[in-house]
Amino acid sequence: MNAAGLRERALEAAAHVFDPEIPVLTIGDLGVLREVRVVGDTVEIDITPTYSGCPAMRVIELDLDAALRAAGIEKFRISTVLSPAWTTDWLSPEGRRKLAAFGIAPPAGQTSRRALFASESVRCPRCGSAQTERLSEFGSTACKALYRCRACAEPFDYFKCH
Amino acid sequence: MSEACDRAALAAPLFDYTLRLADTALILGHRLSEWIGHAPVLEEELALGNIALDLIGEARALYSYAGAVEGKGRDEDALAYRRDAGGFRNLLLAEQPNGDFAATIVRQFLFSAFAQPFWRRLAASRDATLAAIAAKSEKEAAYHLRHAGEWLIRLGDGTEESHRRAQAALDELWPYSGELFERDAVEDRLIAAGIAVDPETLRAEWQRTVSAVLAEATLVAPERAWMQSGGRHGRHSEHLGHLLATMQFLQRAYPGATW
Repeated sequence: MNAAGLRERALEAAAHVFDPEIPVLTIGDLGVLREVRVVGDTVEIDITPTYSGCPAMRVIELDLDAALRAAGIEKFRISTVLSPAWTTDWLSPEGRRKLAAFGIAPPAGQTSRRALFASESVRCPRCGSAQTERLSEFGSTACKALYRCRACAEPFDYFKCH
Repeated sequence: MSEACDRAALAAPLFDYTLRLADTALILGHRLSEWIGHAPVLEEELALGNIALDLIGEARALYSYAGAVEGKGRDEDALAYRRDAGGFRNLLLAEQPNGDFAATIVRQFLFSAFAQPFWRRLAASRDATLAAIAAKSEKEAAYHLRHAGEWLIRLGDGTEESHRRAQAALDELWPYSGELFERDAVEDRLIAAGIAVDPETLRAEWQRTVSAVLAEATLVAPERAWMQSGGRHGRHSEHLGHLLATMQFLQRAYPGATW
């Protein structure tokens, strides 16, 4: 197989690797999958963590490994890169839509550094109300914060701008 | 040729510098992880666990780099699990016990008010690996600072008891804040090479952040001038040995054990 074909096959395999914590998003949607290249006869894949301590990274690496093998790719190398630092600006529009449908409020707009105690305006993913309040900056995973809707009273996760 | 020589000459201070950062991140991260199962409310259980993960993640990247710079084949596990207290270079502030929730918050606040601008500056380091780790850590430190700052205001300007506990924690931990700004030959060499951050340049911003939050929290910083010192040179309080005994147990009992 030529390099372009090999890369296509690797991309196709990677497209079916989902985030273990947010199973509606692929690592491509998340922006965790940074690059796929073919060097000689080897596929090289770069992935980047959302947060430094994200425990999903190891699982993603294993899932990616399995997906590549299942696609018949034997020679590959998966590397973790830190630079440039991951940002929610890399979430695909499709990823944002899938998050909202899953009940997680997608990041509000583009990342910009907030003042020390400034808060973000987040819409409830269930009823759409903007009358929401933050319960905690930290949610069930590093990338999410915990909110509550004051209109429909439901608590929900917010995929925070980062 | 000259760049290669520079690199070799800088390897020793670069290892020390990276190890200090790694040790502080790991020890503080481990301390926070001790709250798992004991936090006052569920949201704090998640918050402290998340912050611990960030710090341990930073430590892993820093240890891996330190091991590569040292070139003796030590990986992150060797550096984290197979050194004794005297080999650790973390800030004394990081190893102080969790105490009550106020003490944990004060410790985290004093540290994060320094860490956030520190990482921001280190992101411009001429060392590409440190710069990459710093750029990542800075974004996380911004959350840590906001979390600790908000809690400190809530505790200080809260009930009589929360105020009393927060002030007591501040009095107890303040003498450990001087070490944040220490600088020795390790930094001198690396600052000259454009790799390290001169901590003195961060003092004004740290001071501003701390003063603003303490004022809102109705807390008063002690005026004591004497500061604790020694962690960066391997002289630790008795607390570190106990922490390591817990943290390192598995790798000491079963060297090289993996999941």
